[in-house]
Amino acid sequence: MSSIKIRTKQFEEITQIRTLIAHPMETGRNKDEQGNLIPAHFIQELTVKHNDKVIASSVMGAGISKNPYFAFKFKGGKAGDKINISWQDNLGQSDSQDKILK
Amino acid sequence: MLETRRNFILKSVKYAAFFATATSSLFNSILAQAAWPANIFKQTQLDDTLNQLFGNQKFIKTDKIQVKIPRIAENGAVVPIIITSNLENIETLTILVEKNPATLVAQFTLADETEAYVSARIKMAKTSNVIVIVKAGENYYRKRKMVKVTIGGCGG
Repeated sequence: MSSIKIRTKQFEEITQIRTLIAHPMETGRNKDEQGNLIPAHFIQELTVKHNDKVIASSVMGAGISKNPYFAFKFKGGKAGDKINISWQDNLGQSDSQDKILK
Repeated sequence: MLETRRNFILKSVKYAAFFATATSSLFNSILAQAAWPANIFKQTQLDDTLNQLFGNQKFIKTDKIQVKIPRIAENGAVVPIIITSNLENIETLTILVEKNPATLVAQFTLADETEAYVSARIKMAKTSNVIVIVKAGENYYRKRKMVKVTIGGCGG
């Protein structure tokens, strides 16, 4: 099961991409029930590609909410095109997911 | 002493973990740290963060950036924000929360065919200004919104 969910919606000229990523986004400042600090664990980079061309990318800190949600819009998307979303976090973990436009 | 089954399993898990972290940290240092600006994300003051991000730039106040964010956020852990703009040639779009422990929340880089539209959910430690900086062409534009955070729902 990928951590990335992608929903796309085609308007006349514009394609909307919405994504929901399962990730704890720990700041490193929170404590668990025993009072121990929970180590920082958050996504640092996000890349959105349309047919292998980067259309949006982001660097982020732990100020993005847990299980991050993002939405973007771009021009020129058509049926059969590939959307790829990938992320990488501060522990070196990463994930990537494709979605074919309908 | 005889190697017990438990010990053997423990050891193999440790070795596996060691190799996993060794390879992932190598990967991390090449890919992530080159691009991810760790010291900017450590800044706690708005001015320092802006300085490090953009140097000595002047920011133009504008109404051409629309920031849709609740004026009162009941839960600071999840504050939805939608940024749109009718500025041309937008390159980057930066979200900052003045009173957060780390001021910089995220910076988005948009390609030419990408619309001036970003939606996200951000964390806010307390009532604070949310600042959006948009780089369009050679200019830097700024939009500020105050968001009141009322954790517990009793006002503050």
